[in-house]
Formats: sequence, C-alpha cells, structure tokens
Amino acid sequence: MASGNDSIKKTIIVALSLCLVCSIFVAAAAVGLKPIQNTNKDLDRKRNILSAAGMLEKGKSVDEIFESVETRIVKLQTGKFATQAELNEEGIKPETFDQKAASKDPELSIALKGENDPAGIKRRSNFSAVYLVMNGDKIERIILPVHGYGLWSTMYGFMALQDDFNTVIGFGFYDQAETPGLGGEVDNPNWKALWKGKEIYNDQGEAVIHLVKGGVDSSDPNAEYKVDGLSGATLTSRGVTHLVQYWLGEEGFGPFLSRLRSEGVQ
Amino acid sequence: MSDVKKVLFGPILANNPIALQILGICSALAVTSSLKVSLVMAIALTMVTAFSNFFIAIIRNHIPNSIRIIVQMIIIASLVIVVDQVLKAFAYEISKQLSVFVGLIITNCIVMGRAEAFAMKNGPAMSFVDGIGNGLGYSAMLIVVAFFRELLGAGKLFGVEIFATVQNGGWYQPNGLMLLPPSAFFVIGLVIWALRAYKKEQVEEPEFKIAANSRSQEAL
Repeated sequence: MASGNDSIKKTIIVALSLCLVCSIFVAAAAVGLKPIQNTNKDLDRKRNILSAAGMLEKGKSVDEIFESVETRIVKLQTGKFATQAELNEEGIKPETFDQKAASKDPELSIALKGENDPAGIKRRSNFSAVYLVMNGDKIERIILPVHGYGLWSTMYGFMALQDDFNTVIGFGFYDQAETPGLGGEVDNPNWKALWKGKEIYNDQGEAVIHLVKGGVDSSDPNAEYKVDGLSGATLTSRGVTHLVQYWLGEEGFGPFLSRLRSEGVQ
Repeated sequence: MSDVKKVLFGPILANNPIALQILGICSALAVTSSLKVSLVMAIALTMVTAFSNFFIAIIRNHIPNSIRIIVQMIIIASLVIVVDQVLKAFAYEISKQLSVFVGLIITNCIVMGRAEAFAMKNGPAMSFVDGIGNGLGYSAMLIVVAFFRELLGAGKLFGVEIFATVQNGGWYQPNGLMLLPPSAFFVIGLVIWALRAYKKEQVEEPEFKIAANSRSQEAL
C-alpha cells in the first residue's frame, strides 16, 4: 500500500471523490431508466385490468386493447363521477391517479377503525379509479380495483362486472403475499374461473357474495352468491370475502353501482 | 492460464461460497422457490460481485485503511442500485418478485467477503474473474436448491408443469413446505453432505469428541 494513505487529508479526499463519482453514476442510472420503468409500470397495471376482465388476446398488444377502456375517477361517498372541478381542486388526473398514495394522504382519505374496517385497510381513499369498457353510450363492462388484508399481506386485485353491475366477469389479484400453495392459490386460474357468472347483490341490494368452506353445493338456491373457499386457507378466504363485500358494499362502490343501474352513465 | 481457471471454476465445487464458507445463506433461502427468479438473482449477484471486485481492485492502492469497509460498501451499494434500476426497466415482472432481495445483495456476505479477501490484494482483471467465479459458485448452489424446491413444491420447472398437481386435477400432491424458506435449509444441508462425501478434504475437524460409553455423571 502506498504510504500516506491514512493521512486525514487523503482520507477525506478519497471519501469525497468516491461519493461524488458514485452519486453521479447512481443518479444517471435512475434518471436515465425512469421513462422505461414508468412504461413498464403502466403496462403492468393495464395488463392486470384487462386480465381481470378477460380481455387479453394473443397477438394484440396490451396498449392496443386498452384503447377501448376508459379510466374515470369516482367519488366513493356520493357514488358519482368526480367532476372536473373536483379533480382540479385535488390535483388528480385519471391516467396517473395513484390510489395507494391517495390512501395515505390524510386530505384524500378517511381513517377506518374496528367495525368500519372489515377489509383491514386502515385508510380508504375518497376517490377511486374505475375502468369502463364502452359500447357506444352504454357500459359493456366495468372493472373496479379492490384490496384488503388476507393472512399475511394486503391483497390488491381487480373485479370485473357485466353491464348489469351485478354479475362477475372475472376477478383476480395482482399483488399478494399469502402462503404459497395455500392462500397463494388465490392466483390459481382454476379458482379464479369459479368467479365467472357469480352474482354480488341479493334482491335487497346487499353485497352478499362470499367464500364457503368445503365447496359450493350446486343445488343450493343461493349458489350464485357463493364461491368455493381455498382449502387450507381459512383466513385468506375470510379476507377475500371481507374485501369483496366491503368494496362492493355501501362504503365502497355500492352507491356508485346502484346509481349506474338506475341512471346509466352521465 | 491455470491460475485463471482455478480462480474462475474453483468456487463452484472446491470452494463454494455457500457450501464451504456458508456465506450468503439469507438470499439463498429467500429467492429459491422458483428457478426463474433464482436465475435472475444469480446473474444479478454475479454482476455485482464481479464489478465491485473490479472497481475496488482499481483503487485498492488509494483506499485509506481507516475507511476501507465504508469505501467497499459505497461501491457495492451503488452497483446494487444500478442493477435494481436496470431490472425494473427491463425485467419488471421478475423485479417485482425479487422485490427487496435485490437491494439486500448489498448485505450479502459473498460480495463483501470477496472484496475484502481478494480484490484488496489482486489486480483488477484477476479480481473481476474471481467475482465471476464466486458468482458462479453461488449461482450453481441457488439453481440446485431452486430445482428441487420448485419441482417438489409446485410440480413445475421454470413455470412449466412437470408433475400434474392435485389442484389442477393431476396426481401429484405438492409438498407445501418446499415453497417456504426453511426448506432451503434442508436442501442446502443435503447438498453440503453430498459435496463433502465426494470431496473428503472439505470435512472439518470435529471440535471435540464424545468419548465412547460416556454418561452425563455431572448432571446426576
């Protein structure tokens, strides 16, 4: 080793110049790759939405299919689409709205406690994005983001409904960390396929769909409101029931969907 | 030339960082539940080890002894952040699965260990080769572990179904334990056993011997 390396002067010079070089290097990588990363994130979100709605097609790019999907922001409390004035006031843009971030912002969300928080999400954002597949003036499909706590993790997913705003087209999670092989089976395509054709609301308009232990008896008159639970994953199944009922119930998209049913899109 | 060969391939069997030195176990437990993720992790770690060795070897004669470890850490941390950013940009799906473990390469003992043990004393070219070699040793272990875990735990290899599982109407009842991190301990243990049965010189001297027919008199 060269002598004089341990002098205070040399130590400080080496430390400073190394920090400078490394920070330039790291900053360049982070800034330079940012656009590609954002495209990826966006593409991933779009793919998840389309996959829940069963709209992915081979040979067509995600962006191409997503052109037929319209992103709108809903004010959950009133069940109405947020007006342009409201969006401007909160600084929200439909294309870039980040619900996870909004749930943490005290000005954009409400705190939930105890009985008010069956899905275990702690805070709920006041606004939510919804994705509409339009056919002329009418909504053909609607895709709603949902999330809630399972056994280990908050599970994030999308629920796609038909134009009666009651029948499920598809349901799936894009982010979860439940036990692999047990609760992690929420990602199993066979299980996800069970949701198709199920109904959310009973005649009184309550969100009653839930998971049952031991499988659904098809002769049961209420079979359309029941989905097979995941074997060996009671708590994850309970979490799925709670989060679906919460988000489609009165506190979630309930008012919005019932308004759509009676008034259509406006 | 034989030197290069020894430095490059030695760490795979003769001096495996995981099996012999028992370094880098943490990430070997965490990411090996599927082959694809393990492979990406292995490549990422090999890159980081090779380049951190390279850069540290270049400036090794100017590193003050008192801040030696900090200097190594800065170089390693910078490289890891760059790798993380590159993965997010070009392999988004996999980077989501690896999540924090890419960041945790910083604390992987193999990277620091090679920087301290090899790169501080050797030239850049040789250090780079050493980094690749140790990366390969780590990779080999990771892939063996991931092979067994994915095959027995999910009936798949690289996500392609090998055994039809009961959930999908087949015959194979997957072993859920294999998908959980502790199972990697068992697999790594078995691999170390196999390796030491094959290469006897890796067996360590016992620290003490239990005498024949001894009874724990003191405890009575």
